[in-house]
Amino acid sequence: MTVAMIVRALLYILLAPFIGALLSGVDRVFSARMQGRVGPPIIQPLYDVNKLLHKQTTVVNSIQVLFVTVYLVFTIFTGTLFFAGGDMLLVFFALSMSEVMLVLAAFSTNGPYSIMGAQRELLQMMCYEPMTLLVAIGFYYANGSFMVNDLMKAELPAIAQIPGFFIGFAFILIIKLRKSPFDLSTSHHMHQEMVKGLTTDLSGHNLAFVEIAEWYDTVLMMGIVGMFFVTSNPISYLWAVIACAVVFFLETLIDNLFPRVKYKTMLIVTWSVILVFAGTNLLILNVLK
Amino acid sequence: MNISKSPWVLHYDGSSCNGCDIEVLATMTPLYDVERFGIINTGNPKHADVLLLTGGVNAQTAPVIRQLYNMMPDPKVVVACGICACDGGIFKECYNILGGADKVVPVDVYVPGCAVRPEALIEGVVKAVGILEEKRKKLKESMKVGYCTVDYSKIAVHMTADDYDPSNQYDAVLTEEALREQAEEKIKATAKPAPKPAPAAAKPAPAPANAAPAANNDVKGENS
Repeated sequence: MTVAMIVRALLYILLAPFIGALLSGVDRVFSARMQGRVGPPIIQPLYDVNKLLHKQTTVVNSIQVLFVTVYLVFTIFTGTLFFAGGDMLLVFFALSMSEVMLVLAAFSTNGPYSIMGAQRELLQMMCYEPMTLLVAIGFYYANGSFMVNDLMKAELPAIAQIPGFFIGFAFILIIKLRKSPFDLSTSHHMHQEMVKGLTTDLSGHNLAFVEIAEWYDTVLMMGIVGMFFVTSNPISYLWAVIACAVVFFLETLIDNLFPRVKYKTMLIVTWSVILVFAGTNLLILNVLK
Repeated sequence: MNISKSPWVLHYDGSSCNGCDIEVLATMTPLYDVERFGIINTGNPKHADVLLLTGGVNAQTAPVIRQLYNMMPDPKVVVACGICACDGGIFKECYNILGGADKVVPVDVYVPGCAVRPEALIEGVVKAVGILEEKRKKLKESMKVGYCTVDYSKIAVHMTADDYDPSNQYDAVLTEEALREQAEEKIKATAKPAPKPAPAAAKPAPAPANAAPAANNDVKGENS
């Protein structure tokens, strides 16, 4: 526990919501431009959350407030752990814990759309959880440690050894960032068959908390993408940022190109991609070591 | 400032011929692109700030509109889009049409037209957002004084057609002004014998309001 770790953790807690909000705003502007529209201002997500914080909060079931708050707290905890240089495995376990909290919040409302969203969220977790675990294992194979602090001091960028894991992770990011072919649990655009899925019965403060948690989550995910490129050399951070920008743009592009798929297709496609890219990569690493 | 930057819209088709609905959707298209102003068409009343109603109200859709209105968190505004939603329009004389949207919920902005022009619609929503901002201020004040602007005792919605009585429907959704007046009267009445601080005096106010609909229901029950 050094001063640098605490500083990085504090920077994450303070700056991540703004970076996440800007990323979300950029995403909306990109989407609008791809559709030939002007789009909202870049800080529109901040306006939205500010509005939600000033609206009346209707609560369906009082335990829902607890679950949503714990979801936010766990997401912040996860990101803080990662940026402070903690254990990669613990980061991913805490991340699934926070997701479970959101699912519980949706289940507790007893609304048909919320429950449908929650069930689909569980299916989504089934699709991406193997990959998140594999990413931690991949980093261990590449650099011999689960600690983010040790991974940052690597000689060679992790992408050189585990490119398959990177492709797999970029693929499940579509699910994690709730982008279109796999946005089964919440639809971010217009009204569709399950209204707003998970967040249907959340309003006011609760919805604002979920939005803020998603901003933290986005920054964490981009951080993990950056981890594939970071070495002891400071110039590598520039590569990490460029990689994050490219991945984020690709996610937006995919979001606008593909319609939503059924859950079976999602399961088959994600697991195939994970098996082919990450699995093969793992096999090769095993043979070489 | 808080709300005017991101009004989320809920659109409901009362009994429209779909002309106005198409125009509502047209405002989302690249030509008009209302997302520039942060306006999102959400399908969810719990996230919405503005309720866009198209078409006249009939006995089947009246309870739905009321339920949607009740589910929207405060502050909220209602925009009647097109002449049918304003007062019934060409269908006004039909046996099943109750009239405009204001027969069921308090309407804040009337946007006439058959079908309503997208430009007029955007203007209407912008007006509505102004009202929304005023309502937010009132809500803040009323929360300070200690009474709620929504009467939750009346939130239950009668879903069957024979349960529906047009004469008391409008009353069932009390406007902020009506509630405020009611509460202020109560404060005045209770303040006379023993001057007390306003929040404490405002407390007994909901009780008579609760009693009224209950009595109504009893009478109705006897009749049927």
